[in-house]
Amino acid sequence: MYLSTARAADAAAGVRKGSGRGSVPATVIALGSVSLLTDVSAEMVTAVLPIYVVVQLGLSPLAFGLLDGLYGGVTVLVRLAGGHLADRRGRHKLVAGLGYGLSAACKPALLPAATVPGLAAVLAADRIGKGLRTAPRDALISLSSGPDEQGRAFGVHRAMDTVGALLGPLVAFGLLWTAADAYDAVFVVSGCVAAAGVLVLVLFVRRPAPAGETGAPPPSLRRALGLLRMRAMRRICGCAALLGAVTIGDAFVFLLVQDRFGVTPQWFPLLPLGTAAGFLVLAMPLGLLADRVGRWPVFVAGHGALLAAYPALLLWDGGGPAAICGVLVLHGAFYAATDGVLMAAAGPLLPAELRAGGLALVQTAQAAARLVSSVLFGAAWTVWGAGPAVWAATIALVVSVAVALVLHPVTEEAPE
Amino acid sequence: MSTAARIRVLIVALVALAVLAVAYTVYAASRTDVRDEPRPGGPVVREGGLTLDAPGRLLFRNMAWGPLRDRLASVPLGASRGVRTAGGPTCYTFHAAGGTGVCVQADRGLVNRFSVVIVDSRLRELRRYPAGGGPSRTRVSPSGRMAAWTVFVSGDSYAGTNFSTRTSILDSRTWTLHESLEDYTVIKDGRRYRSVDVNFWGVTFADDDLFYATMATRGKTYLVRGSVSSRTVWTLTDNAECPSVSPDGTRVAFKHRVQGDASSLPWRLHVLDLRTMKETATAETRPLDTQVAWLDGDTLLYEVPAEYEADLWEVPADGSGSPALVMRAATNPAVLR
Repeated sequence: MYLSTARAADAAAGVRKGSGRGSVPATVIALGSVSLLTDVSAEMVTAVLPIYVVVQLGLSPLAFGLLDGLYGGVTVLVRLAGGHLADRRGRHKLVAGLGYGLSAACKPALLPAATVPGLAAVLAADRIGKGLRTAPRDALISLSSGPDEQGRAFGVHRAMDTVGALLGPLVAFGLLWTAADAYDAVFVVSGCVAAAGVLVLVLFVRRPAPAGETGAPPPSLRRALGLLRMRAMRRICGCAALLGAVTIGDAFVFLLVQDRFGVTPQWFPLLPLGTAAGFLVLAMPLGLLADRVGRWPVFVAGHGALLAAYPALLLWDGGGPAAICGVLVLHGAFYAATDGVLMAAAGPLLPAELRAGGLALVQTAQAAARLVSSVLFGAAWTVWGAGPAVWAATIALVVSVAVALVLHPVTEEAPE
Repeated sequence: MSTAARIRVLIVALVALAVLAVAYTVYAASRTDVRDEPRPGGPVVREGGLTLDAPGRLLFRNMAWGPLRDRLASVPLGASRGVRTAGGPTCYTFHAAGGTGVCVQADRGLVNRFSVVIVDSRLRELRRYPAGGGPSRTRVSPSGRMAAWTVFVSGDSYAGTNFSTRTSILDSRTWTLHESLEDYTVIKDGRRYRSVDVNFWGVTFADDDLFYATMATRGKTYLVRGSVSSRTVWTLTDNAECPSVSPDGTRVAFKHRVQGDASSLPWRLHVLDLRTMKETATAETRPLDTQVAWLDGDTLLYEVPAEYEADLWEVPADGSGSPALVMRAATNPAVLR
């Protein structure tokens, strides 16, 4: 029933019914460009921030640790609020634009904020911008694409996003190489790149036509939360949370790779690039595959990549470049098969006028579960040591994958 | 707006943003050059040879503007405001004792890498070790045999600015490297302690075996006493960072975190008597973030943030007196005994 609602909305919005062979909608390409530019901007700052804070500002490691704690919790509520605000009268583009704009303004603001409270405030504002924009943006991607090409649309978007993440550190270190210690130049250039992203959004992202059936009640907080009364939504959120809670956090994965495979400290910052490279290469093929064989199977199978990566961390003796690349590519494949694909799976099940709020619910369930996972895995590592903790996570993941396969909430989307 | 008009607006705006970005970068690059010109009224710096085995001299990182800015420099202990002799390498952090020096250098490139360079008394390179995302504290034992350094192992892009430190200890006689103090046994309050979040920084050597350092775990910091030969550290007291042991080994100066101080520098300079475990606040009440040096058995020497990097100040270790300026535009002091 909800699927037919979504299709009616798509037809009203003039979305071409594709079989996955046509061109990617212009709005998806535009949003991909916005994310690419924004990620260049964000990763430029992420790459130099530790050195800037510690070497240039001379703050102690503990002061820096305090900044870290702010990151996790802030976005959860903001994300829900962003999704709901966007649904009201279909203001996806406005809310997403505010989010991108806020983060862009934060980049040059890092410069005068040379104290711990100052930096903490700017970084928190930056994260609020990120939380605000994510759900409306994903809703725009979802609403601009036909129900049969959701996987491909999200795949294209996530691949472009990851290109930005890979370019950011290169631009930042290129700048520092050109002008020694010019961290302020990194922040200013980062702000310029982010501003270009906001501009592309304003000029080239089209608002989808007003969504919803005529006579449908307007989107309200009650209706948004009422989505959880749908069995399929309940199962998607539940499974996303369950799988999120048994997935080992990125920071721990990179620490484990370093620990088990003997990565020297100066190469440590490059480990996330390995994951990003796998994500980049596989995002689109796996998105297409998801459109063809079903998004839920691909989403669940993505966790299979982790079921290969975790034992490899423990059993691949000696490590070396092959082991490091192997584990990181599997980690990237996991992201490629799950990040955009989960949105592609959930999107068509949601009524168009509640798309942003519904996607925000799924993202929030997953993000909250990942916070829990970090705490649990950190505790397990402390009490049992790395080996038993990874085995425990592996077993929990096997059970969770089995549960997710059995529950299989997305039955409507089997290829016709 | 038509598509062509949108594209025109985009191109004009992109050109404007590109001009701004390039102009600022060019300005930032040229601004570095300004600091290569001496400033009127600044300290006089002459190029000359440095040695690490000349007792009675104070070694430091010269931050005075001019062509020798950011080079190692030295002055006689009694004439700290006189002419500086500068030469040798450029070091982010530096320490020397007993004719051995540790110089942490930045190798600029795609990955910001740092190297820890062990130098002899003529500042010639003996060994070079890779360091992580950023150097922090470094210390040499009084005899010159042992060296320690802390680097930041910086984090990843997905999980935010997650970070940890890694502290290594080197025996420069046998070239045995203890890569991480986290491999040592930790005895906390008399019991074996294990936690993945343990971090160490700020080693200071009493002799070639006994050292003190900061250990952080679960949001608290501890002063620890360690032994290289038994690969063990013991907690002594909490809330003590960046210790510096006195020449006679009886006292430790450190940063005491003021409870409830939310500023960027919530620390004050305190001294702990290791025999009585009595803690004394010094007369220096400005907030500090540094690992201090001992000018002599009774006086602490430390850097205070100022215009253009930092100035060096001294204060009695027993809580009496008041702080006095030693020299301007200098960091990383090392007293050659």
